[in-house]
Formats: sequence, structure tokens, C-alpha cells
Amino acid sequence: MHELIPIIARALVYAIVMIAFGFVNALVMGYLERKIAAKIQRRPGPMEVGPYGILQLVVDGIKIIGKQLIIPKEADGPLFRFAPLLSFAPVVLPFIVIPFSKELQAKDFSLGLLFIVTIASINVLTIVIAGWSSNNKYSLFGAMRSVAQNISFEVPVLLSILCIALMTGTYSMQGIVQAQDTVWFILIQPFAFIIYFIAGLAETNRNPFDLPEAESELTAGYHTEYSGFGFSLFMIAEYANMFLVCSIATVLFLGGWHGFKLPFFEYTGAFWFLTKVYVLMLVMVWIRWTFPRVRFDQLLNFSWKYLIPFSLVNLALTAVGIKVFESVRGMI
Amino acid sequence: MINTPDISITPVPPGPGEKAAKAHRFYLNLGPQHPSTHGVLRVILEMDGEYVLDPQPDLGFGHRMHEKMGETRPWSQFFANVGRMDYVNAMAFNHGYAALIERAAGIEVPRRAEYIRVITAELNRLASHLLWVGAFILDLGAFTPILYTFDDRESILDILEDITGSRLTYSYFRVGGVMKDIDDTFISRTRAFIKQLRDRFPMYETLVNTNVIIKNRMTGVGVISPDMARRYGVTGGVLRGSGIPYDVRKNAPYSVYPEFDFLVPVGKNGDSMDRYLVKFAEMEQSLRIIEQALDKLPEGDFRAKVKRIKLNPGMTSFSVETARGELTFFLMGDGSDTPYRLKIRVPSFSNLSVMPELCSYMLLSDLVTVMGSFDLVIPEIDR
Repeated sequence: MHELIPIIARALVYAIVMIAFGFVNALVMGYLERKIAAKIQRRPGPMEVGPYGILQLVVDGIKIIGKQLIIPKEADGPLFRFAPLLSFAPVVLPFIVIPFSKELQAKDFSLGLLFIVTIASINVLTIVIAGWSSNNKYSLFGAMRSVAQNISFEVPVLLSILCIALMTGTYSMQGIVQAQDTVWFILIQPFAFIIYFIAGLAETNRNPFDLPEAESELTAGYHTEYSGFGFSLFMIAEYANMFLVCSIATVLFLGGWHGFKLPFFEYTGAFWFLTKVYVLMLVMVWIRWTFPRVRFDQLLNFSWKYLIPFSLVNLALTAVGIKVFESVRGMI
Repeated sequence: MINTPDISITPVPPGPGEKAAKAHRFYLNLGPQHPSTHGVLRVILEMDGEYVLDPQPDLGFGHRMHEKMGETRPWSQFFANVGRMDYVNAMAFNHGYAALIERAAGIEVPRRAEYIRVITAELNRLASHLLWVGAFILDLGAFTPILYTFDDRESILDILEDITGSRLTYSYFRVGGVMKDIDDTFISRTRAFIKQLRDRFPMYETLVNTNVIIKNRMTGVGVISPDMARRYGVTGGVLRGSGIPYDVRKNAPYSVYPEFDFLVPVGKNGDSMDRYLVKFAEMEQSLRIIEQALDKLPEGDFRAKVKRIKLNPGMTSFSVETARGELTFFLMGDGSDTPYRLKIRVPSFSNLSVMPELCSYMLLSDLVTVMGSFDLVIPEIDR
């Protein structure tokens, strides 16, 4: 029993820290996104609240909490309330296995990567629940689009993850990071990285693949009817989802917490990890404010006709390459 | 990279399958408060999944009785109304109405006034085109271009504000001329603006027009054949996009347009991309007209001395080319200063009338693209 206490304590601390991190991440990203969008569009962005508007998101948060939660008349009430909560849970859980640094990780288990992918796909369910319970045709459109989109883009994500798993022979996040001690996998697997990143954009419903919430067609997609905190939970979940996708990309391709050695590197490796993750997230923001939206059939075609065949070829080449590499090494 | 749309749904023939197919259908209410209808247009869509089977526009939410107002008060009191019909291109409406009254009363306009009219009308046309380019790309999901086009449009509005006193709903034209003469500041600012916009064109070209997603979203979407365009009487960029070189400024010239050297760009396929590129090319032509007009600007009066006007009994009409197409004012006078009948033929109405035929069996996203490519101004339709 006594040996369980530190584990439970660690898990508890992590749960609290991670939920807080989800909110802080949304605040930071919300601010950065608005500022970067403003820079791209040649305007100052939020400037009024605090120096350079850094407190804008705090004020927005207070406003959103103060808002009334309106439930449409014919909506399915319990499901309607439940959907935003459910959207937040699956993005907090995978933080358990994310290795911020060598020591900063709640729990490293051998199927960590699969755990993340599995939990993250619950996200689709929440969008369906939100879309269905709103009793709004636009919401339902958004939900249906989201299902098709997520199903078709999960395949290339998994296939490109599989390439790395083949190379390292492990699903453990920490193990994959440690395997990149000498060289980051983006140099060995550039195509897998590109495929993963594009599919990840689609998984997080970001522009140019933001069809579930395409505002010029579906007003706001699955969260049309949500106001106040329900809406903000969806937004926080979206940013947390972005963080997840980018942190997986960092672990798999960009060497995780590897970088120049800092003092107390078992902990300060988190600095490199977070830097890489936020750079990737800012690339996502950059893409969002630059590109128009693709059409739905083009989106699915893009996945099934281009991403999946390419990632299959990449996977086959990886398998052959590993075999050749091993036999050559065996001969030497 | 991505194919042109493959519309696999065809109408179900009458028979056993019809009922089952109809059970899937539902109605979707697009508007009147939808982000992509740009105003108060309501479109009732009969849908099957993501496919639009039958779009029916429902008009009249912004009806303000402009025509009736024109018939119940003297022409001079109606003048402020014309700019409110199409608030994006008010100068063209000013031009149409002022020229109509001049024709009905037999008034000669000084040449300098005509030149000023052309310059300001073309500047306003540019403002309208710039607004539309941004709003159309916004419909396709890219938020950034509209802020750049607004930046350029802002320069035009500033220039026009200086001489007209208003930024959007101008009443700058007077019967017999214009309200106020233009000065050297106006001329130098306009020349600076021409250079500024010319410098911007390559950026729009590389960032927007050649973007692969934009191309795929527009090419082959909403093809209007020349025959269909003629049947519905569409005008303006929509007609020219279908390859018919009709522009009132060329085909039935008014004002001093025959004195300028400009081209009428036409499209080839009649799809949304052509409509977009046609308008884009028109901006360059407008710049050319303004340049030439500034070079040739004659000295003289900017307004004719006009005594009390009586509208001649009988029918008069006057057509101008607005940013959206042919605008016709039709007036029946009875010898007093109040028109007996005033009919306004607006371009957006006939352009929108294509939609039910054009957009049946089309994806919802394509409907939004097509609607955007028409450059609709709803208050002009409802008036």
C-alpha cells in the first residue's frame, strides 16, 4: 500500500497541473494567435487591456464565464450540456504520457503512443454529440463532416506514426525520444513528418481543413448553438488538441526534449520540448491565416488518393530500409 | 491535384425509388442572417445530404420602397435615395439618375463635369471591386485578403471623402454637373493611389489568384454558358465571365467614355474563376481610364447653370455600367418635376435569378462560392 502513495500523489498532482496547463495553453495560444493573425493582416491586434493587450484573454475569459448558457428549445438538454465537458476530457488524459523532459512525465508506459492516438479519437464523438444535440441542421452538418474527416485522416496519421514505431521498435514516448539521441527522425523520415503534420491539421479541424466549423457555409458548424462557457470549452479543447498533435510531432520527429544541455537537464529539457511544440503550433496558426478552406470532397480525395498511398509507400520503404540496414550491420 | 467536382447525384425518375429518395430530403434555411449571404438574402435550400437540389431565393427583407418614393416626390428630393440602393457603388447610381434627369429635361453637361464624373465613378467602381474581391475570398474561407483589399479601398474612400463629403452613400452628382470641383490635391492623391494599387496587384496575383486551393475551389464551379447568360439577362462581370463582351461603357457609350482607350476583359469558361479574373482585370482597366481622364482633364465649368427643371412628358431611360452590371433608370414624366413612373432595373437581380437553375445538384460549399462570385448587393435587389 505504502508504495502506491507516491504514484497516486504523482498522478493527482499531474491531473491538476495538466488541467491548469490546458487552460493556460489556451490563454497563451489565444493571445498568440490573435497577435500573429494581426501581424499577418497588418493591424495591431489586441492592444487595450494590459501592455500590448496581454490581459485581453483573461478579460475575455471573465466575460465568457459571466455569459448565460442558452440551451435551444428543442435541443437534447443533457447531451447538450455534456458535450463540451466530454470534449475537454480526452485532451487532458493523453498529457499523462507526454514526456516534457526526461523526468517531467506522469507515467511512461510501453503503449504510450497508442494510448494517445486512442484517447484523442474520442474527440470525434464529442463533436457528433454536440452537433446532434443542438437540434440545428448546420450543427449536424458540421458533426457529419467531422466524422468523415477524422476517420479518413486518422489513417495517414497512424501510418506515419507506424514508420517511427518500426524504426525504434517501441511505442513508449520516452523510448522514442531517447532513440533520437544522435539524429532527429525528421531527417530520416521527412515525408512521414509532412504527412503527419498535414493530417494533424485535419485532425484538429484547423484551416485549411476546418470544414466542421466552416463559418462561411455552416455559420459555426457543430458549436453554432453554444454560448458562454460551453463554447469556450470547445475552444480550449481545440487549442489543447493542437498542443497534443504538435507534441506528438515533436516526440516522433523533432527529438522531443533533446537540445543544447542546460543545467538540471532532466527537468529543463522541457524548455526545448515546449519551444519545439509552440513553433509547430505557430506554423499551424500561420497556415490558418494564409490559406482558404478546401471543399469537402477535395478534402477526402486528398486523404484517400494522396496522403494514404504516399504514407503506405513510405511505410513499405521504411520496412525495407530497416531490413537492409540491419543485414548490412550484421555482415559488418 | 484535386479533380473538378463529380456530381454523382442525378434526379430520381418517378417510380418506386422516388419516395425513398424523397424521404432523405430536407430543407435548409440559408439566411437572412447567414455570414455568406452578405446582407439580408434568404435562400431556401432543398437538400439531399450535402447536395443542394433546389435553391429558391426569398427576396424583399430590405425593401424600402425606393421606386415609389421616386414617384411621390420631386426628382431633387429623391436624389439622396439612389446612393442608398447600392451602397457599395453609389457613384454609378448617382451617374445614372443625374444623367436620366438631364436627358428628360434636355440639359447639357460641361465637359469638365463629365470628366470628373468618370473619374469619381471609376474610383468608386474600384472600391466596389476591391471590397468584392476580399469578400469573395472570405467566402472561400481565407480571412486575410479582405483586410488588404480594405486597406486599398480605404485610400479610395479617403480621396472621395475629401471632395464629396461622404464615404459610402454619395450624393456628389448634380443635375448638370457635380457638386464641387476637384482640385490639385485630389489629382495628386489619385495619381499616388493608382501607383499604390498597381504595386499591390502582383501581390494579389501571387498570393491569391494562383493559390492552388483557390483555383480548385473556383475552377469549373457554377459554369454559366453564354446561352444561359442570355436567357436570364445577366449583366456585368457575370456576363463577361461567360465570354460575352458586353459593357455599357463600350456597347452603348454614355458620358465621355468613348474618348478613353480601355478594354473589356472576358472569360472563357464562364465558371467562378473566370468571373473572378474578369473583375480583377477590370480593375486595371479602371485605373487606365482614370489615368487618361486625369491627363486630359479640360478646364471650364464643373456645373451647368440649371433653372427650374420640368421633366418632359414621355418616356426616358438611361443605362450605366455599375460594378455589378447594367443599371437602367426608366422614367415617365408628365411635365411636372415629379416623375409619373420611375423604374429601376438593377444588375444584381438578374444575376441572382440564374441561381435556381445554376445551383441545383451542387454542393453546399459550391453554392456559397457561386453566390459569392455573383457580387450581389442585396439592398440593391430589394430596394
